Amino acid sequence: MGQHIMSDAVISVRNLQVEFVTRRATLRAIDGVSFDIAKGEVLGVVGESGAGKSVTGAAIIGLIEPPGRISGGEILLNGRRIDNLPPDEMRKIRGRKVAMIFQDPLTSLNPLFRVGEQLIETIRTHLPMNERQARDRAIELLTEVGIPAPEKRIDGYPHEFSGGMRQRVVIALALCAEPDFIVADEPTTALDVSVQAQIISLIKKLGRERGMAVMLVTHDMGVIAETADRVAVMYAGRVAEIGPVRDVVQRPMHPYAKGLMGAIPTLEAATDRLVQIPGSMPRLSSIPRGCAFNPRCGEAFARCFVDQPVPLPVQGRHVACHLYETMEAVR
Amino acid sequence: MLAYLLRSLTQATLVMLAVAFIAFSMFRYVGDPVASIVGQDATLKDRQELAESLGLNDPFPLQFARFLGNAVQGDFGVSYRQGRPVADLLIERLPATIELAVLSAIVALGLGLVLGIYAALNRKGVIANIVMSLSLIGVSLPTFLIGIGLIFLFSVYLRWLPSFGRGDVVAFGWWTTGLLTDSGRKSLIMPVITLGFFQLTLIMRLVRAEMLEVMRTEYIKFARARGLSDGSVHFRHALRNAMVPVITITGLQLGSIIAFAIVTETVFNWPGLGALFVRSVEVVDIPVMAAYLMFVGLVFVVVNLIVDMLYFLVDPRLRGGATVPAR
Repeated sequence: MGQHIMSDAVISVRNLQVEFVTRRATLRAIDGVSFDIAKGEVLGVVGESGAGKSVTGAAIIGLIEPPGRISGGEILLNGRRIDNLPPDEMRKIRGRKVAMIFQDPLTSLNPLFRVGEQLIETIRTHLPMNERQARDRAIELLTEVGIPAPEKRIDGYPHEFSGGMRQRVVIALALCAEPDFIVADEPTTALDVSVQAQIISLIKKLGRERGMAVMLVTHDMGVIAETADRVAVMYAGRVAEIGPVRDVVQRPMHPYAKGLMGAIPTLEAATDRLVQIPGSMPRLSSIPRGCAFNPRCGEAFARCFVDQPVPLPVQGRHVACHLYETMEAVR
Repeated sequence: MLAYLLRSLTQATLVMLAVAFIAFSMFRYVGDPVASIVGQDATLKDRQELAESLGLNDPFPLQFARFLGNAVQGDFGVSYRQGRPVADLLIERLPATIELAVLSAIVALGLGLVLGIYAALNRKGVIANIVMSLSLIGVSLPTFLIGIGLIFLFSVYLRWLPSFGRGDVVAFGWWTTGLLTDSGRKSLIMPVITLGFFQLTLIMRLVRAEMLEVMRTEYIKFARARGLSDGSVHFRHALRNAMVPVITITGLQLGSIIAFAIVTETVFNWPGLGALFVRSVEVVDIPVMAAYLMFVGLVFVVVNLIVDMLYFLVDPRLRGGATVPAR
C-alpha cells in the first residue's frame, strides 16, 4: 500500500492481514502490513510485545497455526506468491527458501537427538545428498557459524552446548539449505549480554556474505541500530513507521516511534529520567477507532479518532500518521 | 554408564532386602509356624524339638540370614496346607500368569500407543473423540465388572468362548502354554482383554497427553520451520520425546499386570499365581503368601531396572552423568 515495489525484493509483504478466530470474536493480529526486504538487507522489526512482530514472521514462513489464519493480502518470494500454496508445496519452501530462528536456543533443539542428526536430517530433506556428504556439509556449517572443533561437536547432544553455542547450532540448522530469506525472532533475548553481540554480528555477517534477506525481530533498539539497514516500527498489528535505520532511530517522526526511541537510555542523558509512553498497547479485542495509538498520543487531533492512517512517504520513509499527510501535500 | 547401572542395581538390591524383611517377618511372626505344622495333640517337648530343628530359637539376625540364603536358592519353605515346597507350587502356576500377563501387556502397549498417537494427531477427529470417550469406560470401570460382563456376553449369551480355565495346554518341560491349542487360545481371549483393558486406556490417554504436550514445544515448531516432513516431525521428533514419561508409567503398569492379575484370575478361575495367592489367604498359608510377596517385589524391581535402562537409552541427558556442559 503506497509503498514502491523494489525490483530486487526477495520478500514482499503486501497489505497482510492475519486473524485469530476465537469463540467470542475474530481478532485481527495483523492489519495491513506491507514491506519489502531486498537481497542482503536486514529489516529490523521493533515494537512492544503483541504488536504483531512474531506473527508477521510466522505468516511469511507459513507457520500460522489454527485458530490463526492469513485473511488478506499477499506474500511474495522472489516475485512468486507463497501465502496461498498448498501445505505440501509450502513445506518444500520452508527451510529451503525461507527459514526461521527462534527466540530460545535452549528449547529450539530436540534434546534427544545429536546435533549432527538434526543437521543431517534437515540437509537431506532439502538437498540431494547422501549421509556422508550431508555430514561434511553439516561440519562446514558448524565451522561457518563459529563452533570450535566441529568434527567433534557434531556428535554432541544439545545439552552439551552452552546457550550461545546452541544458538549458533540453531542458525546452522536454519542455513542448511541456503535459504534466501530468514526470520530471526528475537534471537538474542534468551542469551547472556556478552554473547548477544556475537550472535547478532554472526547473523549480520552471514546475511551479507550469502546475500540473504533478513527480518530481525527484536525489542532491543541497540541491536537494530547496529545491525539493521531499515527498521519497521510496529504497533497494534500495523506498521507505524518504516524507513532507513539512521533516519528512524535518530529522527523518528511517528509519535509512537518518538516515544520508543526516547525510551532508549543513553550515557549522555544518564541523569534524566527515561521518557515513558503513557498507558499500554490496546488489546486486540479493543483497538480504538481511527489510529490505534490515539489514546496514548500527545499530538492526537480530531481526525486521529476517526480515520485510520496509512503509511505514506515522508522524508525518505513511510509514516502512518495524520500529522504528516498535509506536510507532504504542501511540498 | 557403569556408575548409573551400579546405582540402579544397588537400589534394586536394597528394595529387595526390605521386601524380604517384611516377607520374613510375616513368615516368622504371623501365627506360630510350629502350631501350623504339628497337630493339636503334640506334646510340649515335640514342639520344642521342632522349633529347635527349624532354627526358631536362633537369634533373629541369624534366622533372617538363613531365610535370605534359602530364598536366593529358590527355597521358600513348605506350604502348610499342601505339604509341598512353595517353590514348586509357584513354578507350576507361573506359566499361566506370565502368558496371560505378557499377552495383555502386548495388547495394552501396542493398541495404547497406536490409539494414543492417533488421538493426538487427529485431536478434533470424530473417531479420535469416540475412542477418547470409550477410554473413559476403561479407566473408570472396575476390572471384575468388565470380566463378568464379557463372560455374560460371550459365554452365557453368545456361547462363543469358555468362561473359565486355560483350556488344553501343551507342556515344554516345566513350561506350559495355551497358545498352541484351539481351546487354549479361545480361553485366553477374555482374560487378556479384561486384564489389559485398563492399562490400554491408561497408556492411550497418557500417550495422547504427552504427544500433545510435546507438539507444543519450540523444537517441534523449529522442526516444522525447517521443512521436515510431517512423518518425521510426528514419529521421530515428537514421539521419542513423548516416550520418556510414558516409559515410567507404562513400566509400573506392566509390573502391576504381572503382579496383580489376582482379580482377573479369580473371575476366570485362571490357574495362575494370583488365584494361588487368594487361596493361600483364605487358608492362612503363610509361606505361600510370603513367597508371593517376594515374587511381586522382584517383578517390580526388575521392571524398574528395565525402565532405568530404557531411560538411559532414550535420553542422552542422563548419559553424561555429572559432566559439566562444555562451553
